[in-house]
Amino acid sequence: MIPKDPMIPEIPMTMESPMTMPATPDAALREKITIRDLKFYYGTSLALKGISLPLYDRKVTAFIGPSGCGKSTLLRVLNRMYDLYPGQHAEGEVLFDGANVLAPDQDRNLLRSRIGMVFQKPTPFPMSIYDNIAFGIRLYEHLPKAEMDGRVETALRRAAIWNEVKDKLGSSGLGLSGGQQQRLCIARTVAIKPEVILFDEPCSALDPISTAKIEELIDELSSDYTIAIVTHNMQQAARVSSQTAFMYLGELVEFGVTSQMFTAPSDKRTQDYITGRFG
Amino acid sequence: MTDMALETQIATRHDLLKSKSLKRFRTGDTIFRNLTRGAAVLVLVLLGGVIVSLIHGSLPAFHAFGFSFLTTQSWNPVTEVFGAAAPIYGTLVTSLIALLIAVPVGIGIAIFLTELCPMALRRPIGVAIELLAGIPSIIYGIWGLFVFAPFMQEYIQPALIGSLGAIPGIGTLFAGPPYGIGTLTAGLILAIMVLPFVTAISRDVFETVPAVLKESAYGLGCTTWEVVRNIVIPYTRVGVIGGVMLGLGRALGETMAVTFVIGNAHRISGSILAPGTTISATIANEFTEAVGDIYTSSLIALGLILFVITFIVLAAARLMLMRLDAKAGR
Repeated sequence: MIPKDPMIPEIPMTMESPMTMPATPDAALREKITIRDLKFYYGTSLALKGISLPLYDRKVTAFIGPSGCGKSTLLRVLNRMYDLYPGQHAEGEVLFDGANVLAPDQDRNLLRSRIGMVFQKPTPFPMSIYDNIAFGIRLYEHLPKAEMDGRVETALRRAAIWNEVKDKLGSSGLGLSGGQQQRLCIARTVAIKPEVILFDEPCSALDPISTAKIEELIDELSSDYTIAIVTHNMQQAARVSSQTAFMYLGELVEFGVTSQMFTAPSDKRTQDYITGRFG
Repeated sequence: MTDMALETQIATRHDLLKSKSLKRFRTGDTIFRNLTRGAAVLVLVLLGGVIVSLIHGSLPAFHAFGFSFLTTQSWNPVTEVFGAAAPIYGTLVTSLIALLIAVPVGIGIAIFLTELCPMALRRPIGVAIELLAGIPSIIYGIWGLFVFAPFMQEYIQPALIGSLGAIPGIGTLFAGPPYGIGTLTAGLILAIMVLPFVTAISRDVFETVPAVLKESAYGLGCTTWEVVRNIVIPYTRVGVIGGVMLGLGRALGETMAVTFVIGNAHRISGSILAPGTTISATIANEFTEAVGDIYTSSLIALGLILFVITFIVLAAARLMLMRLDAKAGR
């Protein structure tokens, strides 16, 4: 059903793992999001101390680092989720296809429809499985029933959950298992056709089998979407990402191609972290 | 063999000592259990006592008038013909008016407080609402009679009569002269009194919505209105209804403020501007002057009816809140 190979023909794969690819020439990579000297404040405390890095188009970028290093904060800046909370503000530039998302006149609802987010805990809405998906679509499009059914099915297939829920689309999304709920949330995000998907520790509440399914899914989604994933699981970062950013105490310590980062990190702190000496 | 016997002996002695001290504990335990049980039973006895005496006291009235007590409008101490229809009607209508106003406003305040309000304003508004709930009802009563009713008479009621009163159909609701006092005024005062309940409970249940659930809706690009409409309210529906029911419970039983402003007229009028009465207002007004068994008994019967109505409403509220708790626990 699900094709195992990610469909990125132009990039040669290594034999062991499709995702830890060798350093590719920068020419093959287009910067979808460019973060420049980003500072973030919770009230007066500085949580991100001038971060600069790119997210490449249709690549998976993993953010690793000990708790409190600012990984999730960085993610929440990208879709301006922090705007919901008074007292939090960001400085610097986040260029999304060349336009600064931190600009005051940025339409946040539009931005969030282009940059989807999947959270640490599965968050199905208190409605049926079908409506969980259709809800997001209805925000932007008025589709006839048949077309909507098609969109819902496509989204659920895309998130590899269709076969498990196709006979109970009318029942509550809350009745699914944790892993299924998380895939439902991914389907919901995919359904509104974003360009970027942010995953904030998407597997931390899941069992190993569900985790494997989600990782497989992320791998597959990366052929169409630019993906950023925050994870505490080093193996997960190594498995799913092509670029990795290591953050520590609000600073970006190292950013580079994943395979290189995990085999020959250039910074001592990165090495200490990935070998489990702290964090 | 002997070893075994010795061991058994020692063990038995041990057990004996143990059971002795255990027994001492057990006596204390028993006393404690009975004391607390007694305290709990006391509540049931009191409740039962109230119900029994209400029923006992109202028997003469129900004997005299039968079922028609509930449907008769007349309340005539001279001929001793009593009916509860007007007070029941007044109670229900004033409570309905109160809810029609307090529920949307209260939920609106709660949404503002939980979703939109700047942090600096959150506490002051929250405290103000709690203070509103703490104002004794007699103060609402005198304020209603001396300030609010004249205001209604001078501005609101003439405006209503002039505009809505001219529309056929609903016009009858706003017919008649502007008395100032009356069913509508009582309903409005009740709305102010119920508002803090609806607001406080709605705010509390809105706060139970997990932040991450709202964030994921915002993450899809929802506006605040869409999040509230599609996520927050469905998630908390049962709790909000429970809060409304508790407010209704208060509106139904409120006595002092209503007595001041409703006009105390024992009749059912088509117009909500006309004076009316409620169950509690009738009881409060007439208990001291009730002479004769039938009169007293009729008032007690009114109390019984109010008790039953309130009981049903509060039981429904409890039930709904329990269902919310069960849902949150999942």
